[in-house]
Amino acid sequence: MPSIHYDIAHLLGALVLLLSFALLYQRRLFALIKMFAIQSAALGAAAAWQGYIQDAPHLYVTAVLALGMKAVVIPVALHRIIVKLNIARTIDTALGVGPTMIAGVSLVTLSILLVLPVTSDVTALTREDLALALSVVLLGLLTMITRRNAIGQVVGFMSLENGLILAAVGVQGMPLIVEMLVAFAVMVAFIIFGIFFFHIRERFDTLDLHDLDSFRGESR
Amino acid sequence: MLLLAFAGMARQWLPRAHEVVHGGMAIVCGGAALAVLVRLAMGETGIDTLALPVGLPWLHANLRLDALSAVFLLAVNLAACLAAVFGWSYARHDDEPGRVLPVFPLFIAAMNLVLVADDAFVFLAAWEFMSLTSWLLVLSTHREDETPRAAHVYFVMASFGTACLLLCFGMLAGTTGDYSFAGIRAQPQDVVSASIAALLVLLGAGSKAGLVPLHVWLPLAHPAAPSHVSALMSGVMTKVAIYGLIRVLFDLVGQPLWWWGSILAVIGAVTAVVGVLYALMQDDVKKLLAYSTVENIGVIAIGLGLALVFKASGVPALAALGMTAAMLHVLNHSLFKSILFFTSGAILTATGERKLDRLGGLIHKMPKTALFCLIGSAAISALPPLNGFVAEWMLFQAVLNGPLLEQWELKIGFAVIGALLALSAALAAACFVRFYGIVFLGRPRSPGAEKAREVDPVMLTAIGVPAFLCIVVGVLPTLVIQMIEPVNRLVVGEGLLDAGGHGGWVWLAPASAFGNSYSGLMMFLTIMILTILAVFMIHRYASNRVRRSIAWGCGFTDPAPLGQYSADSFSQPLRRVFAGHLFRTRERVDMPAPGETRPARFTLESRDPAWDWLFTPITRVVGWISERVDALQFLTIRSYLSLMFFALVALLVMVAVSQ
Repeated sequence: MPSIHYDIAHLLGALVLLLSFALLYQRRLFALIKMFAIQSAALGAAAAWQGYIQDAPHLYVTAVLALGMKAVVIPVALHRIIVKLNIARTIDTALGVGPTMIAGVSLVTLSILLVLPVTSDVTALTREDLALALSVVLLGLLTMITRRNAIGQVVGFMSLENGLILAAVGVQGMPLIVEMLVAFAVMVAFIIFGIFFFHIRERFDTLDLHDLDSFRGESR
Repeated sequence: MLLLAFAGMARQWLPRAHEVVHGGMAIVCGGAALAVLVRLAMGETGIDTLALPVGLPWLHANLRLDALSAVFLLAVNLAACLAAVFGWSYARHDDEPGRVLPVFPLFIAAMNLVLVADDAFVFLAAWEFMSLTSWLLVLSTHREDETPRAAHVYFVMASFGTACLLLCFGMLAGTTGDYSFAGIRAQPQDVVSASIAALLVLLGAGSKAGLVPLHVWLPLAHPAAPSHVSALMSGVMTKVAIYGLIRVLFDLVGQPLWWWGSILAVIGAVTAVVGVLYALMQDDVKKLLAYSTVENIGVIAIGLGLALVFKASGVPALAALGMTAAMLHVLNHSLFKSILFFTSGAILTATGERKLDRLGGLIHKMPKTALFCLIGSAAISALPPLNGFVAEWMLFQAVLNGPLLEQWELKIGFAVIGALLALSAALAAACFVRFYGIVFLGRPRSPGAEKAREVDPVMLTAIGVPAFLCIVVGVLPTLVIQMIEPVNRLVVGEGLLDAGGHGGWVWLAPASAFGNSYSGLMMFLTIMILTILAVFMIHRYASNRVRRSIAWGCGFTDPAPLGQYSADSFSQPLRRVFAGHLFRTRERVDMPAPGETRPARFTLESRDPAWDWLFTPITRVVGWISERVDALQFLTIRSYLSLMFFALVALLVMVAVSQ
């Protein structure tokens, strides 16, 4: 394998990871969605590059799906929801930027420590790719739990899905059906969350989950 | 049996359902018992295995019949056959037979399945099925006040026991994941996991068998069921638990360690003494019998414990002695406990009373029941020439061999266990003198007891047959012991009579018993001759010289039957000596001052130390924990996500560190 293949695949994977960090500390909703769109685009590029170096045409389909759905359709839809609900200016993270970054870095360290010894008998590219993907998944989870806003949580969830897809495209011979399913899962999640938001908004006039807790009957 | 269970369910459409069910069960179980008896009598020691293509895909339902299973199958099916015969007549007085009929065959089928299981899955499934069906049988009397609590306690204890067994088999199978017994036997066990497994099976099977302090459910649950079912639960289900103990400790774990056996023997000794003390203080016939079961399980556990110690110390001949005593007692206890529970059922049918203090004088009303019950009581009190004595005699022979062991703890411990065993035997005799005396002698203490009539011949047959067997086994014990020999060869490696016992079928004289020997037949003949002689002498020299005079009333002038010696009076001395501290009995006499019209009162309180010291603290801790954990149900979405996240990270860190 020419080293340029490895380098570019590594670069794109690292880009996805870097954008995960950006998602992690982004305080404003519009910027958050933009970051997510860029991350999805980077994922699409990574998938396309993998398709090229593995000579697997179905990965191009994955790339197009990621690019179309996650980088365009979902961000636009979320953008419209934000405008419609008029919540553009609200966002807050539960933790400060510094602690979040430290937590993120330690998660990345953990996943590298974890993946590299386990996968000692596969190619360097797959190893790196798996480590990056696991980091993205963990960072997506961290994004979900540090957000109080429901949209922030949805974005965290989809960023987690991005990590899964990154892992899937990095492994040779993964059948197309899996990626399709992942894409559809995200789609379904998006629809459900959308409906959910409108209902919450209609009922309670807010999307802040913190305010929702008091409506569950066990007020505290 | 399944068919019969369905017949029981179809009771509404089948007018004679209970006769079909009980009659069918009697025939099926009788046939099974006979088949096993023939197999044992022929001395066939082969092992038959069978793999049914049901159950888990990678592990068929393995069944296996060896000598150990066969002896227990004999005990189970014999008692089940008798219980079915008894129930055939007894259940006629049951106003809601639909609660018992469908479950009764299933219960017996489950016990049989436990005995032939050859892998952990079949064993546990059958075990749990046995627990559930017996639980349903306990619940069949749910209208009585005490039953719901009894059923609840039983359910909790049964789940606990099964959980322990589950973990035990997990430890035994280890990392290979082979849950067939053949696989477990084949792989070597390391000391730690085998010890943990041994302790777990002690907890799991011990809670089912009723070893102190896990006995608390037994005296609640066993009496709650109908009498013939009580007989099965007490006489047989506890034996199935003993079978579980033997199967794991002697068969599956490989070479045992001596301290497992000493724990078992000590627990057994404590169980025997505590059980019989409880039995002495009960005023309910069936509760008394249930506590007496606890005592007998203790005796069996002593035998097993001794056998285990001797096996671990490499003296198989002595281990065979303890094992034979335990196995013989298993058979014996299923016989005489059947007699006694059937008697209690007969008494309940005839008088409608279960309280000792409301019975009395039944020997005149129910002479045949009284005779059979006398045989049962004498047998359970270990009086020669009956079967109870043979087992305890061998047990004492095993105890007396204790000084041969190397460990000084065992030398001293065996003496203590022997003393406790002797104490419990004596107390058991006192207990059954009290039982028999209060129930059958004296004058009736209630209108029900006064109007009692002898029960029908079917019930009498069910009581009489085990009484007859008690005498047969007692007089000719060697015949039965020869049937147990294959078990000894299987589990301890050497038969009792292999080392050149002498004396043939009349004298029981194992070489390991220091040249001591016992002959039930000689004892029987001696007692008969002495009795006839005594009767003759009395008639010849006393009766013929009758003087007519005013009868001495023994100071007995009060015509009210309540003025008689009562059950509480009988147990009072023993209660004061033994139970004052252990059970914290409090006697309070409330004597009205002269001139007052209120009646004098005597109240007696006693507490079960197992509840105070073990179960109440445990319940409190569980309650405390669940209150704290309850908060977990009311967290926010983010908290749940965080919990998952931190759990995931913690697991990943564990993986990373362990690499």
